[in-house]
Amino acid sequence: MKTHPRDTEHAEKALSAPSVPLWFQRFMLPLTTAAIILILWSIAVRASGTKIFPTPAAVAKAITTLAEKSLLWHYIADSLTRVFAGYTAAIAVGIPLGFLLGWYAPLARSINPLIQMLRPISPLAWMPLAVIWFGVSNAAPTFLIFLASLFPIIVAAMNGVRNVPPMYIQAGRNFGLTTPQLMTRVMIPAVLPRIIVGLRLAFGIAWVVLVAAEMIAVDSGLGYLIIDARNAGKRYDLVVAGMLMIGLIGLLLDTGIRKIEQWISD
Amino acid sequence: MKVQFSDVSMRFGAMEVLQHVTLGAEEGEFLCILGPSGCGKSTLLNIAGGFLAPSSGSVTIDGEPVTAPDRRRIFVFQERGVFPWLTVEGNIGFGLFDMSAGDRQARVSQYIDLVGLRGFEKSYPRELSGGMKQRVEVARALAVNPDVLFLDEPFGALDSITRLQMRSELLRIWRAERKTVLFVTHDIEESVQLADRVVVMSARPGKIRRVVDIDIPHPRDLSSRRYIELRDLIFGEIGLAHQV
Repeated sequence: MKTHPRDTEHAEKALSAPSVPLWFQRFMLPLTTAAIILILWSIAVRASGTKIFPTPAAVAKAITTLAEKSLLWHYIADSLTRVFAGYTAAIAVGIPLGFLLGWYAPLARSINPLIQMLRPISPLAWMPLAVIWFGVSNAAPTFLIFLASLFPIIVAAMNGVRNVPPMYIQAGRNFGLTTPQLMTRVMIPAVLPRIIVGLRLAFGIAWVVLVAAEMIAVDSGLGYLIIDARNAGKRYDLVVAGMLMIGLIGLLLDTGIRKIEQWISD
Repeated sequence: MKVQFSDVSMRFGAMEVLQHVTLGAEEGEFLCILGPSGCGKSTLLNIAGGFLAPSSGSVTIDGEPVTAPDRRRIFVFQERGVFPWLTVEGNIGFGLFDMSAGDRQARVSQYIDLVGLRGFEKSYPRELSGGMKQRVEVARALAVNPDVLFLDEPFGALDSITRLQMRSELLRIWRAERKTVLFVTHDIEESVQLADRVVVMSARPGKIRRVVDIDIPHPRDLSSRRYIELRDLIFGEIGLAHQV
């Protein structure tokens, strides 16, 4: 049985209530850690006298410069557009396909081996082909994102359908549902929690693949920002700034999907 | 006969599960099918529900052969059969999709009262106890006004106190609604407390060993001489000495 998030919250509260308030644990502890890391980072850069690795202050300055020139926003917008295009295409293909594979065992037997063989191939291995097919354009990274998100989504939907308790299906049939009604009224709601988990997993992979894809196949976006900063004058402050933005946006999007996940399972 | 099994046999591959079961349940009768685990009693119920086709023999309900599941005969599982994504109301109204919203609301409300879940209409199954979930499932089945209910060890996952309460609830509902009930259990006491007749089955391959009439009026006194006599009769029939 899965523990409900609220239960653990209560437990956390009960354990820590008298001494450390929850808001402190939630916000102050991570902020303190961040502060300590920034200080250590700063000291390490100065002490080692490195010319390559920037200080936190230099990175902060790089981020503000980027933000002022509005280049950063364009790059973020480009990256997000590619991710969402590839990701939604993967959802549109992956969920119906996963449902079919989960529902019709013979179909799964014929197609699943192929899927399982394609799945461990890093989407980045498709890059040379993607560049030949799509050239240096938005389509190439979008295609890689599509591939990267497709397999986790198919597998989540397929396993979700297979793991629906048979008595739900039996009850649906018993109440006279037709197959399409059974899909919309029983299967989809029963599978949804699992699919959301798959969607979150897929998104994490998509975001990682995006940056790598943008380093090769295009001339904008956060991945391009990093490779361009290095190639055009070894601006490592911009490199680290780009890395931080990627991490931050990734975190925000993941938090968003988690919220949806919680809302659905509630 | 409302439900008639005629020479029903069932095999899964090489395994023989049911052997020549012939059995009838009258309209409005409460029939318990009692037997050890794996004796094929659930299989028998699934055949009657139209979820499985027998290897040989046939089942008729009102004289018509059973070929597929039908909303006039609803199967009730252990409480795990309730839909976790629907509220109590949503679950009870699940089978009423062809009714107008107003009629559905009235019907749901009626069955919420019947099973005593007033105040929990908007609750989700995970907020309910096992017994309450079981009530939801019984209400969901009754709401479509079936004439036969198949109950497959419905109280098996409940604690013994809740189980006892649920039995008297079920009897109250059965008296109010007068459905034909086929109730599968491996609990001897349960069968004697509930049934008009107890069908005692053998271990696999399942055959009918004996059908015992429970001629005690409801409410049944569980310490009456007749209750204990019948219970011990069944204990003996199953081949158990009544001692621990």
